[in-house]
Amino acid sequence: MPTSPSDVSNDATIHQPFTILELTVANHPGVLSHICNLFARRAFNLEGVLCMPVGDGDESRIWLRVRENSRLDQLLNQIAKLWDVRKIRRGRTDSRLFRQLEDFFRTECSGKDNNRI
Amino acid sequence: MKMSGADLIIHLIERQGIKTLAGIPGGSNLPLYDALARHGSIRHVLARHEQGAGFIAQGMARVTGRPQVCFATSGPGATNLLTAIADARLDSIPLVCITGQVPRAMIGTDAFQEVDTYGMSVPITKHNFLVRSAQELFQVIPTAFRIAASGRPGPVLIDVPKDVQCEEIEFAAWPNPGLPASPPALDFNSIAAAAALINDASRPVFLLGGGVTASERHAIRGQIERTAIPAAATLMGLSALPSEQSLALGLLGMHGAVSTNLSFEECDLVIAAGVRFNDRTTGRLKHFCSQAKIIHVDIDRCEIGKLCQTCLGLVGDVGQVLEALLPLVKTRAASAWTKRIAKLKALHPLPASNPGDFPSPRTLIRLVAEHLDDRAIIVTDVGQHQMWTAQTFPFRGSQQWLTSGGLGTMGFGIPAAIGAALAAPERTIVSFSGDGSAMMNLQELATAVEENANIKIFLMNNNSLGLVRQQQSLFFGNRRFASGFSRQPDFCALARSFGMPAWDLGDEDPRLKIAEALGTPGPALIHAPIQEADVFPIVPPGEANRNMIQGGCHAHIAI
Ligand SMILES: Cc1ncc(C[n+]2csc(CCOP(=O)(O)OP(=O)(O)O)c2C)c(N)n1
Repeated sequence: MPTSPSDVSNDATIHQPFTILELTVANHPGVLSHICNLFARRAFNLEGVLCMPVGDGDESRIWLRVRENSRLDQLLNQIAKLWDVRKIRRGRTDSRLFRQLEDFFRTECSGKDNNRI
Repeated sequence: MKMSGADLIIHLIERQGIKTLAGIPGGSNLPLYDALARHGSIRHVLARHEQGAGFIAQGMARVTGRPQVCFATSGPGATNLLTAIADARLDSIPLVCITGQVPRAMIGTDAFQEVDTYGMSVPITKHNFLVRSAQELFQVIPTAFRIAASGRPGPVLIDVPKDVQCEEIEFAAWPNPGLPASPPALDFNSIAAAAALINDASRPVFLLGGGVTASERHAIRGQIERTAIPAAATLMGLSALPSEQSLALGLLGMHGAVSTNLSFEECDLVIAAGVRFNDRTTGRLKHFCSQAKIIHVDIDRCEIGKLCQTCLGLVGDVGQVLEALLPLVKTRAASAWTKRIAKLKALHPLPASNPGDFPSPRTLIRLVAEHLDDRAIIVTDVGQHQMWTAQTFPFRGSQQWLTSGGLGTMGFGIPAAIGAALAAPERTIVSFSGDGSAMMNLQELATAVEENANIKIFLMNNNSLGLVRQQQSLFFGNRRFASGFSRQPDFCALARSFGMPAWDLGDEDPRLKIAEALGTPGPALIHAPIQEADVFPIVPPGEANRNMIQGGCHAHIAI
C-alpha cells in the first residue's frame, strides 16, 4: 500500500524496506487505540495492520507492517512499556502475510464496488 | 460478602492505604460518593474545580511518593481533570484518577455528559481502564495502583460506568493490594564500568533530575557530595542537593546560571541521573556537552538514548544504582577543574539581588527562605516567578520542591500546595505564584480555608503574564500584546473574602509581615507587588546553551 503523498514525515523512509512487528496483546476494545496512538503521536506511518484474537480470546495478535527507520527502536521500547502488550517480535513474520493480503486488497479494489465509491 | 461496585471501589482504595482523596461529585459518580459517605473513614476534600482536585492529589503524591486518588464525574468533570493528568504524566507522578461514566448501555450514544474519557486519556496516562463489570474491579483497582507506582511512576485513569458502580456482586475474599513491582536488577558490570569512567574523567559533572528527588534513598545525597564532583540539576531535581556549597551548580539550561551552562560546555563526562534531557535543560541538542561522554541512569529503558548519545546507560532505580555506584567513585581532591568551576562562578554570578530596590523578586525569595526550616515544602506556579525561585531559592536539609516541570501548567501552585499540606500537615508549605497563574485556580482558596491547609501563598504581582511579556520583548521586537492586564483585582480583599488572612507587602518593611504571615498557622496570602523585570540569563528557545542573553543590556555571553 503506497504512503500517502501528504505524509511528509515519512518521505525519508519511503525507500526503506518493510518489516513486520508481531505483538501479543491483551484482547479488549481499547488495546488497538493504545498502540495506534504511539505511532500517531510520533508521526510514524503504519503500512499495514492486521489483528485477530488468539487462543480462547483472552489475547490478540497484532501484525504491523512498518518501514525500517532509525526511530523504530525507540518506538519498540515504548510499545514494550504498554501494559497490555505481552510480547513483541520484530522481523520474524513470514513476509507473505501482507503480500497475500495485498493481492486480495488489489483484487477487491479493482472490483465494481470500488467504482461505485 | 455482597457489595456494589461503588462500595468495592471505596474498600479497595482504602486497602491501598488511601486516607484522603480529592474530587467533585456529579450525576455519574454519585453512587461512588454515596459509598464514600456510608463508608465514613476516608477523608474527602471537596475541590472547587476538577483540575484543582487533580493537582491536590498530585501535591499529596509528590510529597509522599505514593499514588494518590482523585474523583470526577463524567463529561465536564473528566475533561476538567485532563490537564492535571497530563501534568502528572510528564513529571512522572503516581495518580489513580477515578471517573464516573454514563451507564454501559448508553456509551456511544452521545448521552448527557458523555465523553470518550478512555479515548481522551490514552495519550496522557501511563495506562487507563474502562471497567465493564463490577467483577473486574477486583483486578483493575489493585493493578491501577501497581502500574501508577511501578518503575517510572505515572497517572492511571479508571473510567467506571454508573451501572457498574451500582452492580451488586457476591465475593469470597479481598484481593491483595497492588504494590509496586520491584525495580530492574542491577547490572554490576556496567556499574563498575561507570565507576571506572568517572574515576578516569578529568572534568566530570553530575546532572540530577526528578528521578533523584523521587528516590527514597536519601543517603545518596551525602554520597554525591562526598565525591566532590560538581553537580547541577534540572528543574525537577533542584532540591536534590543543598544549594549553597561550592560545587553546587544549581539549575542547568534555559534559565541556568552562566557558570553552570559554561561548566557543561567544558566538562568531559556527565553523570546524568533520573533526567530525560528535556529541551529546556539541554538547549540545542546538537551542541549539548559536545566534549563530554554521558552516563545515563534511569528507571525507564526508553529514556536511555532517546535524545542523547549515551556512552553508558544504567537501567534501574536511580537511588539503588547510585547507592551501588557511588562507593566505587573516589573522592576528588581540589583540581584544575574545581578551580575552573570556582572561577566561572566568580566571573558570572547570578544577577544581584539588591536589597535596596525591594520588592525585587530575588530578595523576596531569599527573605522567605530565611524564615523556613529544613522541612519546608516549596511550591511554585509557572512563569517568571517560578524561574526566579528555581534560580535563587537556597535549598537545604530535606526541603521538598514541587513545580510543574514538563507541562509547565499555570494554576499548579495553589492546589498542589493544598495537597502538600494535606499530606504533611506538620510542615510549612510555601507557594510562589504569579498573578496570572494564581487566577487560573484561585477558586481553590476556598478549599484551602475549608481544610485549614497550612499554605503560605506569596503572590508576586506584576499585573501581567510576565514570562510571555519577556519573550515578546526579547524575541518579538518588543511588540507586547495580550500579556498585560489593564485591570487588577485587590488580591488581599479577594483572599479575605474567602476567609483567608492576607498581608500586603506594598509599602512598609516587608520583613515583619513575612515573619508574621509565616508564623500564623493555617492558610495565608501574601501579596507582593513587583516591578516589571526579566529573568536572566536566558537561552533563546532552540539555541545552544552557550548562547545566553544576560542582564539589562541584553549582551550575549561569548565564550
Ligand atoms: C495553562 C497555561 N496557559 C498558558 C501558559 C503560557 N504561559 C507561560 S508563563 C505565562 C505567564 C505567567 O504569568 P504569571 O503567573 O503572572 O507569572 P509571571 O511570569 O508574571 O511571574 C503564560 C501565559 C502556561 N504555561 N500554562
